[in-house]
Amino acid sequence: MIRQEFGRPEAKRARAVDHRKKQHAAPTYQDNTYPYRLNFYTTPPTADITLEQFEQWAIDRLRVLAELEACAFRNKSPAETAAHMKPLLDKYLPIEANSSSSTQKTEQRRKDHYSHFILRLAFASTEDLRRRFARVETALFRMRMASDDKSEREAFVESLGLDWERVTDKERKMLRDELAATSAATFGAKIAPEEETWCKVDWERVPELVEQRKVYLRAGKAYVPSREQQSMVITEFTNHLDKALEMTARALPRLDEDDRLTPILNHLSKNFITPDAGYASSGAPEGAEISARNIDNLSVHFPACMSNLHKSLRRDAHLKHYGRLQYTLFLKGIGLSLDECLVFWRTSFHKVTDDTFNKEYRYNVRHVYGDVGGDANRRGGGYSPFSCQKILTEHPPGPGEAHGCPYRHFNLENLTTLLQSMGVSDRSVLQGVKEDKEKQKFHLACNRVFEYVHQKEIKRAKDEGVMTAAQLETIVHPNEYFKRSYILKNLDKKKEQAPSDVKMEAS
Amino acid sequence: MPHSEPGSEVAEDKMDIQPEADVEGSPTANGDTHGTAEEDTPMADAAQSQPEVRDHDKKDVKLEELFDDMDSDEEFPSSKEAADQTPQSSSPDELPSSIGGADLKASDPEVMRSFYQRLFPWRYLFQWLNHSPTPTNDFGHREFAFTLSNDAYLRYQSFPTADLLKKDVLRLMPSRFEIGPVYNTNPRDRKTLRNSTAFKPLSKELCFDIDLTDYDDIRTCCDKANICNKCWQFMTMAIKVIDAALREDFGFKHIMWVYSGRRGAHAWVCDKKARAMDDQKRRAIAGYLEVIRGGAQSGKKVNLRRPLHPHITRSLDILKTHFQKDVLEVQDPWQTMERQDKLLQLLPDKQLNERLRTKWNSAPGRGSLSKWADIDALAKTGASKSLDAKALLEAKQDIVLEYTYPRLDIEVSKKLNHLLKSPFVVHPGTGRVCVPIDTKSLENFDPLAVPTVQSLLQEIDAWKASEEPDSSASRVQDWEKTGLKPYVEQFRSFVIGLMKDERDVKVKRERDDESMDF
Repeated sequence: MIRQEFGRPEAKRARAVDHRKKQHAAPTYQDNTYPYRLNFYTTPPTADITLEQFEQWAIDRLRVLAELEACAFRNKSPAETAAHMKPLLDKYLPIEANSSSSTQKTEQRRKDHYSHFILRLAFASTEDLRRRFARVETALFRMRMASDDKSEREAFVESLGLDWERVTDKERKMLRDELAATSAATFGAKIAPEEETWCKVDWERVPELVEQRKVYLRAGKAYVPSREQQSMVITEFTNHLDKALEMTARALPRLDEDDRLTPILNHLSKNFITPDAGYASSGAPEGAEISARNIDNLSVHFPACMSNLHKSLRRDAHLKHYGRLQYTLFLKGIGLSLDECLVFWRTSFHKVTDDTFNKEYRYNVRHVYGDVGGDANRRGGGYSPFSCQKILTEHPPGPGEAHGCPYRHFNLENLTTLLQSMGVSDRSVLQGVKEDKEKQKFHLACNRVFEYVHQKEIKRAKDEGVMTAAQLETIVHPNEYFKRSYILKNLDKKKEQAPSDVKMEAS
Repeated sequence: MPHSEPGSEVAEDKMDIQPEADVEGSPTANGDTHGTAEEDTPMADAAQSQPEVRDHDKKDVKLEELFDDMDSDEEFPSSKEAADQTPQSSSPDELPSSIGGADLKASDPEVMRSFYQRLFPWRYLFQWLNHSPTPTNDFGHREFAFTLSNDAYLRYQSFPTADLLKKDVLRLMPSRFEIGPVYNTNPRDRKTLRNSTAFKPLSKELCFDIDLTDYDDIRTCCDKANICNKCWQFMTMAIKVIDAALREDFGFKHIMWVYSGRRGAHAWVCDKKARAMDDQKRRAIAGYLEVIRGGAQSGKKVNLRRPLHPHITRSLDILKTHFQKDVLEVQDPWQTMERQDKLLQLLPDKQLNERLRTKWNSAPGRGSLSKWADIDALAKTGASKSLDAKALLEAKQDIVLEYTYPRLDIEVSKKLNHLLKSPFVVHPGTGRVCVPIDTKSLENFDPLAVPTVQSLLQEIDAWKASEEPDSSASRVQDWEKTGLKPYVEQFRSFVIGLMKDERDVKVKRERDDESMDF
């Protein structure tokens, strides 16, 4: 597809040393120089570093990556992420441009280089870790590239030697209108296509641009303006890293290593936990009757997404597949047992026959609970309830579907109607929701509604010190919304029953 | 057995399965088989595709079943060798002389048996998936999934040759079967691999699934599983738009459209490049083609950047005339008061909307065609002072797209390991054969005139009666005696074209390899 061989040392083949002999040959390494701020990490580091450096550098980079991942989970825009990350990057992983007068440049780049490769070792072991590592490393690379000086970026891209075919003047004139349409729509600039260099690549190399219809396509070739090289470079980076990680994984078992590094590496990969690991503690809040017939009563505690699903279900006596999936998982998360859940769906789908229900829906519910399905599914107890992140980004609802996040997937009018039906009529709140929606801060909108609906209880909880500030931070999971809502609305009951244990289990 | 579950219970003693003739039309298997959506029960709603669930839902295969399969694959291959050459012409005399198709249901086991035995184009199906006349892994490692007549769903079936596939189909008599990806190992051997991640799908045709139920909010003639020639026009438009994009933009050549038997169509993009795409690339194509976004509550479903991308501009060109004729005239989507509100919601200018509403309310029953014309007419008279002509034009373009642009069941296209119903199987509800659609005469395709399995079997009988004296009769294959002939021929020429390209590539690569120095 591409010249992916840039990762493969060409020299190796040319030298034609028998690999069996080469193993014992003295390594002939070239010292690494870092002419650019960005690095494709094609050549591994070769110089010696101390064990302390090894660990410290890796931990520093890991801090940055973990925070980057957290930004992605919170749906931050690139600009916000960059702003958020700046102090961290400056502290842990500074990397300055060629133009800067800093004397630390080489040292910074060396640290960046080494820490990347250390983490590569730590995260190559499982596919899951590899994927996550590649994703955050790509995010880091993308962020750095965006902040790069233009000239330096161009020089860097040039140095990669990616083979891109220039579009000839003749062709450019011929396709003037088409090129103008993509260029103006995407980049908002008024540059005429003649005044710009375009290159022509196989569309597979710029899937991101294709997916968003940002480039003109013809006969399998994408026409990319030089300004938009970034996407291509990033794709190359990801592809390259994926392959390299795969190679590392294969080499790991043969890693001839003493006991100094392995514990560090294991420790590193264990500490790379997902902030979005899902809603770990399932189970009902104390005192709640979680049963099929009580769902209607409990639904006042549901966030808008689930409230909407519940209403749609009651209205149509039916939900489409993803709606059922999202809702079943949520119900499972609030502590509804499988048997009760089956009862709930059976009674809710009152328009279908028993036979149809058993054939078409029963299995799915059981599957979600891990009652049937492959080994992995059963062992894992089925799927985890969807987080806001997942609901917001995966499977946007299509025609006739009720799942998704209302703050994102409803238009303003319908959203307002829904909120009013949930008892939100305060103008300033609705206005706030509107602004949040426009800024794509769907979490904020949801939390705003939560705070409004529970304002009295939150105040009381704070005053009485029932819940700490940490327990009242932003909600990023529908099940957390439910749990918190339920606890807040039942403060009295709580206190009577067990005033002391609230703190422990409310987290 | 530690776990028992729907699929495998059946597998255990599948030799004994008696297909039940009274399964009313529509076997939908245990929920997790919905991936291909379209051909479900009339009462089931179409969009219940559940690729996610299915992915996680690798059915356990019991030990005895594994061996069971081996036996059937390898015990008698030679005895079938001869039949491999001309599977369709297996002498008709051995079969009941009259199948009496008309009064039987399509799912009747005798009907299905005769169909698979005499009419199904096994050889071309094999060549299509195998990309070469001699068996390769492209076919041998390909997953097939059977939906049995008792709704059990058997995944991970695979066959070295078309003949063994045919044999197993005749033995199990599935009401339909689906085609999945080619794996890196034989799907039947997947349990022998050291770890489950080593079993990976390698390639599959890029598929599209369009279903008329997704048009329910804009079609007025039918709903749910019903279709007529009026709403089939949506499908015609969809095929035109998607086909043009795949050919012109992505440069694909081997695209086959197949009627799905009831209310939709599938596309199979068979180019080598398309087959080898990973999920990310499939997602990219899906995203590129997806224009209508949003659920029941999202209001305006088309929101495009301006200027329009060349693909959208071209699609608009294709769709414009259809919008006038097939939507405004035939579907008349905004005829009633409440329906006209839907149109007004999509228009940007409040003042203009008020004027339009007044006008239309005073003339109830005004047709959509006139209403559509009213928008511009009133706008010209200066009905609104604040009117933004550009915004209005753009809104109108968006409306045209919302009412004509293809609505894809996009999950089918995004995943490499999604299964899709095979061409030429019979839709159990309608009895219609899933025939290829000729894009050259797309406008003439009539889904309601597609041959049913019963009519085809009758045609065989009729043909014999009238032309038996002809000495060359024995050379004629059964499908040639029926209305299936043009479709099989179309399929054949498609497959030949595909194989030719594939061969050329191979020859070229061999040449390249030779020149390399190892």
